[in-house]
Amino acid sequence: MNKKRKELLVSAISNGTVIDHIPAENVFQVFKILSLDKTKHQVYFGTNLESKKYGTKGIIKISDTFFKEEVINKIALVAPTATLIEIRDYEVASKVSISIPSKIEGIVKCFNPNCVTNMEAVKTKFEVLFDETGEIKLACHYCEKTTSKKNMTFFM
Amino acid sequence: MKNRSLVSINDYSKEEIIRILDLAEEFEKQPHQHILDGRVIASLFFEPSTRTRLSFETAIQQLGGNVIGFASAASTSVSKGESLNDTIRMVASYADLIVMRHPVEGSARFASEVSRVPIINAGDGANQHPTQCLLDLYSIRKTQGTLDNLNVTFVGDLKYGRTVHSNVIALSKFKTKFHFVSPIELKLPSAVKRYIKEAHLSYEQYTDFMEVIPKSDIIYMTRIQRERFPDPLEYEKVKNAYVLENAMLDNSKDNVRILHPLPRVNEISTDVDANPKAYYFQQALNGVFVRQALIATIMGVK
Repeated sequence: MNKKRKELLVSAISNGTVIDHIPAENVFQVFKILSLDKTKHQVYFGTNLESKKYGTKGIIKISDTFFKEEVINKIALVAPTATLIEIRDYEVASKVSISIPSKIEGIVKCFNPNCVTNMEAVKTKFEVLFDETGEIKLACHYCEKTTSKKNMTFFM
Repeated sequence: MKNRSLVSINDYSKEEIIRILDLAEEFEKQPHQHILDGRVIASLFFEPSTRTRLSFETAIQQLGGNVIGFASAASTSVSKGESLNDTIRMVASYADLIVMRHPVEGSARFASEVSRVPIINAGDGANQHPTQCLLDLYSIRKTQGTLDNLNVTFVGDLKYGRTVHSNVIALSKFKTKFHFVSPIELKLPSAVKRYIKEAHLSYEQYTDFMEVIPKSDIIYMTRIQRERFPDPLEYEKVKNAYVLENAMLDNSKDNVRILHPLPRVNEISTDVDANPKAYYFQQALNGVFVRQALIATIMGVK
C-alpha cells in the first residue's frame, strides 16, 4: 500500500533516469550540477518525501535522458547517498549507487580567497580526499589548500 | 627534469632532489661558468622580494645568462589590469625560462599550464617556495654530511610558515625524526602531518623550547608574527617563549646548526651570530648554488 502511494507522489516515466535518495536539502543543487534547468525533456521531482532509510529524501525523474558515469558522479559531493535508476519502457534497466570521483573540475569554489582560481579566469580542479572521520574534502590543484565539506560552495 | 617546471617541492622525487643538491656542490666549487650564454631568463617579481630576486639574478649572471623582467608589478601592464595568463604568454614568447614570484597562491601552477617555457616558482603567496626548500636541504646536508636519520627541530610559527611545510614534506623522504616547537595556536597543520604519517615516520610536539635543544641536529627557527593572533594578549604571552639565546645552546650537540629562512626580527638573539653553530647567513649564500643547479638542470645544460 505504502509503496504504491510513494510512486504516485512523483509520476512514473517510461524512459529515462531516476535519481533517488537525494538529501532533501540538496535537490536543487543536483538540478544545477546536472544542468536540469536547461533541459528540454520532461522533469518531475519531489523533495521532503518520507524515506525509511534517511528520514527525508528528494527524488528527480528525467525523461529520455541518460547520464554518462563521469557526469552523474559530479553530484556525489551533494548527494553521496543517491541511487541512479535507468528506466527503459517502464522497467528498471539498471540501478547503481553514486560513486565519488577521484578528481573534481569546476562545480566547487576553492575556499582559499587568495587562490588563483578566485582571482583569475581559471577553472577549479581538486583531488578528492577524506578526513579521519571519512568526510570528503577537496585538495586544490593550484593553491594546495584543502576545502572541507562544510566550507564547500558551488558555482552557479 | 629538463624543460619541466618546478612549482612545488612535491614535483620532485627524492632522487631528483639529491641530483640538484649534488650539482649545487659542483657550482659551489665553481660558480662562474658560461653555460647559459645567449639564453634569456625572465625574472618576474609581481611582489617585491629583494633577497630571492638577487639570489636568482646572481645565479643566472654568473652562468652567463641574460635577465629580463621586473622587480615589482607597479610599473608593468599588470597595474593596467592585464591578466596573469596574458602576461605569462607574452613573456614566454621572449624568454627560455621564467622565474616568478607572485602574491596569489596557485599562480605558479597556473602559469606553468599556460606557458610554453618552464616556470620556476620563486614563491606563490603562502603556498610554496621550492628553491628555499632546496637551499635548506642543501644547508642541512652540507652541515651534517647526510639528510638521513637526523633530528630536525622546527620552532615558531608552524601553522602559517610555508618554508616549514615544504621542508617537512621534503624531509619526510629522508627518515627524519621531527620535533615541532610552537604555541598551541600555531601548531603544524594536519594536512602537512599527513606526509610524515604516510612515510611511517614519527614526530613530537612541544610547547617548551628548552627540552628539545639537546636532542637536535638542526634547529630551524621561524618568526612568529603579531598579526597571526586575533588577541594581542595571546601574542604577548608567547612572543618571548620561542626566542633563541646563546646561553640556551650550552647543552646542545656539537654538530647542531641553527637555520633561519631570514629575515630575522628578534627570534634569534644577536649574541648567537658569533656562535659557530649559527648557520643562517651561510644558508642564504647557498641559495645561489642551488638555483644555479636548478636552472642548469631545467635548461638542459648540465
